[in-house]
Amino acid sequence: MSGWRTDSGLVVDRSKPINFEWAGRRYQGFVGDTLASALIANGVSIIGRSFKYHRPRGLIAAGLEEPNGIVQLERGSHTLPNIKATQVELYEGLVAGPVNARPSAEFDLLAINSLFKRFIPAAFYYKTFFWPNWHAFEPSIRNAAGLGVAPAEPDPDCYEHRFAHVDVLVIGSGAAGLAAAEAAAAAPGNERVMLVEADCEFGGGLLASADELEGSAPMAWRDAALARLRALPNVELLNRTMAFGFYDHNLVALAERLSDHLPPHQRKGPRQRLWKVRAGKVILATGAFERPIPFAGNDLPGVMLASAAQVYARRYGAVPGQRIVVCTNNDSAYAAARALHAAGCASVAIVDSRVSPGAPALAAAECGIRVVQGAVPIAARGRRMVKGLDIAALDGRHRQRLSCDAILMSDGWNPAVHLHSQSGGSLDYDDALQAFLPATAVQNAVNVGAAAGIFDLTAAIAMARDVARGTAVRYPAPAPVGPTRRFADGDPKAASAWLDFQNDVTVGDVQLAARENFRSVEHLKRYTTLGMASDQGKTSNISGIQTLSALLGKAAPAIGTTRFRPPFDPVTIGAFAGRATGEDLSPLSETPSHAAQLALDAVMEPYGRWSRAAFFPRPGEDEHRAVAREVMAVRQAAGLFDASTLGKIEVKGPDAAEFLQRMYVGGIRTLKIGQCRYGLMLSEHGVVYDDGVIARIGECHYLVGTTSGHASAIAESFHEWLQCEWPHLRVAVENVTTAWAVVNIAGPRARDVLAALGSDIDLSSEAFAHMQIRVGAIGGVPARVQRVSYSGELSYEVAVPWRYGASLWEELMRAGKPHGITPFGVEAMMVMRLEKGFLHVGSDTDGTTYPQDLGFGAAIAKKPDDFVGRRSIVRPDGLRPDRRQLVGLEVIDGAGPLAVGAHVLPGEAVEARGTQGWVTSSAQSPTLGRPVALALVERGGERMGEAVRIWDLGTWRAAKIADVRFYDPSGERLHA
Amino acid sequence: MLLIDCPYCGPRSEIEFRCGGESHVQRPGPHDAASDEQWADYLFYRHNPKGEHRERWLHMAGCGQWFNVARDTVTHKITAIYRMGETIDAGAGS
Repeated sequence: MSGWRTDSGLVVDRSKPINFEWAGRRYQGFVGDTLASALIANGVSIIGRSFKYHRPRGLIAAGLEEPNGIVQLERGSHTLPNIKATQVELYEGLVAGPVNARPSAEFDLLAINSLFKRFIPAAFYYKTFFWPNWHAFEPSIRNAAGLGVAPAEPDPDCYEHRFAHVDVLVIGSGAAGLAAAEAAAAAPGNERVMLVEADCEFGGGLLASADELEGSAPMAWRDAALARLRALPNVELLNRTMAFGFYDHNLVALAERLSDHLPPHQRKGPRQRLWKVRAGKVILATGAFERPIPFAGNDLPGVMLASAAQVYARRYGAVPGQRIVVCTNNDSAYAAARALHAAGCASVAIVDSRVSPGAPALAAAECGIRVVQGAVPIAARGRRMVKGLDIAALDGRHRQRLSCDAILMSDGWNPAVHLHSQSGGSLDYDDALQAFLPATAVQNAVNVGAAAGIFDLTAAIAMARDVARGTAVRYPAPAPVGPTRRFADGDPKAASAWLDFQNDVTVGDVQLAARENFRSVEHLKRYTTLGMASDQGKTSNISGIQTLSALLGKAAPAIGTTRFRPPFDPVTIGAFAGRATGEDLSPLSETPSHAAQLALDAVMEPYGRWSRAAFFPRPGEDEHRAVAREVMAVRQAAGLFDASTLGKIEVKGPDAAEFLQRMYVGGIRTLKIGQCRYGLMLSEHGVVYDDGVIARIGECHYLVGTTSGHASAIAESFHEWLQCEWPHLRVAVENVTTAWAVVNIAGPRARDVLAALGSDIDLSSEAFAHMQIRVGAIGGVPARVQRVSYSGELSYEVAVPWRYGASLWEELMRAGKPHGITPFGVEAMMVMRLEKGFLHVGSDTDGTTYPQDLGFGAAIAKKPDDFVGRRSIVRPDGLRPDRRQLVGLEVIDGAGPLAVGAHVLPGEAVEARGTQGWVTSSAQSPTLGRPVALALVERGGERMGEAVRIWDLGTWRAAKIADVRFYDPSGERLHA
Repeated sequence: MLLIDCPYCGPRSEIEFRCGGESHVQRPGPHDAASDEQWADYLFYRHNPKGEHRERWLHMAGCGQWFNVARDTVTHKITAIYRMGETIDAGAGS
């Protein structure tokens, strides 16, 4: 191919040259060019290598359906792999190159694959590389076949999401789309109309048309229509915006390219914007894709779709050759021939498969264009570029060779039914057009213009206006296309007639698949990879179906299409991510004393959705030492812990007691005002789900405590039970977790520290015992104080309104100073609760743990009432005597702590099989000076004192089953 | 993404809601009278129709109310929305 630039071109600005780099060489284009049009104008014919055989390839299309022009754009952090050259707007300094060529597209070492093509047909890899297994070969095959290179650096761009609600969404801005948008905007009740166009230019096919429309030149008609639309207050026009997904209930996803057309250093703000548009009505004016003709050598650089050459010539003034042969079975290609003739090509000839073409043929002949009727292309001639074309009659006779340097092809048009099909709409095969047309719609969406198979512009405009106004729609009968030559089964030339250019699938591959009985269209697709490339078969799927149809003697509609799925065109992952990246992906909440804890050198860690202090190291301390010091400070004096993350749910109402009685394993109804009780909660499947302390504040008022991670889920679950199962219960539920800050002061001096703040609550042990709640004031601030303990020491959880949380922390630190108060983190708390044998749901339980495994069997037996999950725990599995039960483990081999997850085996075990359970929590106890552990062990409750062996990753340890209460088993310290 | 006509708030996008699965599943009771089979049926077995499916939804990011939806599992068309405790006929079709 020897492309060149004409001196016309509708949308290219000759006064503004642009310098760019392709494959290491410098070229010049103009403002308005795409990378593809600039490469054609510069005579670059080989733009890449094919995926499998590494054959030289040129551009065959001008739009998003392009299968060959896959490029790597830019370098470094801005690099983008597998971008279509037809979609890249040229800008100053642009750098691009081919993706699948080593060392270059012009000279590719792997093109040797092409010589052995007959030995590597469809499914060759699966058939051949099965010994020893496919994975032994996969890396080198993938490397040979791969496309572009993903960027190694983080994405420097940002992206955003936007929602829109419109009355009418028009997709596509060709003549039909513009007419539909204008009519929709004028129709009463349409307060918001949105028109979206994937291209940078509005106009669709008008940008390449020469035919007058309603008395105007096409561009004049477009400009006038755009001007009227822009003047309307209820119309929003979006260019560079791809409608890529049609989802349920008229939700359409759009990807708007905001700055891709600018040089990277000039880009500001978001690169792309993802729109989710809910439309009352969707008008699909998505146009159509031209079909290539399957003939031998149709992948040679210089073979192109007729409409693409027309676009390149008329819109960009870029012409793919001088001596042109146009092969067609329909009238549309005559416009392409006329465009190239008008551009000044040395010769233009038309080869039409129909024997008696009509007026367009006569008009072409009048211009001096040679028209050969009743003939079809047989084989392109040339090795790296087109040198000629063999044509013949349909029956193969009257073969002759035409000399040419570019071949244009049109095998008819496929309406772009992708979005219609995604919306759930059905398709009908039209014999006249040899194409699938949209049939019934499931959602409120209508196809107009070429997307509906109406290619005549006047008819398309009339139809679009009718659709937008909601009046009856006229469907003129389409003009039938002429015949297409099909290869006989086994014809060796079929192996060089391409269907899917990007994935290297030929007519021969489809024949092979059919012979091997992959005759369903879905099987054909997966066996040959037809239509599975990044272009998703926009130029190949229907041709493949027609090839299979001819081969099997089965009508195309009986074969059907593969399913159309979003996205219609590739969308960059960043657009889906939007702003939710990095720290914003899942933002962490902070407690009121966050800053104060940081000032005390806290090491903050994420615990669920919270950022919490793990420990507070002093200079020279590692985590282990810091935690041990914090534990000892609590055991001997006092410690301060921010417990604001604990879930707090208010439950109020005359039936609150009855409701909680049904939600918790233990008895709640008998709880007296001012008292607290430990509560265990199950899922309806009987599995231990959460635990916490329930406090009764008033006759009809409870405060339910949950673990930090489950507060929202439990509040939601309360609502679900109340609304869906027990609507007659008079109960109100409110999650007040972040309304109350909680500071936990623990240790033998806790009472003294708290008293120093001043309170109207009598803190004496007689007046305020363990497991009680008092409401009053602390330091002049309203407070709820619960005397509860997870550490095993005298302990108060002081809740104050969130805004006082930071000052409460500071005041307690100050008041505690004479008592040696020490701030402690989550890790120290976890060690203390383990020393005490207190359960940590989720660590010491799993998705099979029932309450009886934790020692709650007796309590359940005493409770007559039903509660959530109760029936589940007495299913046969719950009654098994060999269930795993929670026990303590004492190390008896003198070594350090056991590994969490280590397996528990019988004392006489000699090999690591037949596990009886595993270690669930483990630590070196600073208080006791020895390791402690909890474990779920089969029949653990009846095996107290039994020696067991512990296995972890090949290492054996010795331990003894023990009571879980390692520290202060009688609980004296709690009641101090 | 479905457009769900919350009976309390009006039409909102699916992302504001949570689907709670099949509606009108009866919880057997009293607990000590339900057989293992009855309980397993309640816990694990659900209808999986091709066509109308009655399910309950929560307007989680809205009013926090549960309600019932009749949805076609093939077309996702919502044919009825009705409040908890109402029957399908009493609810307003959407």
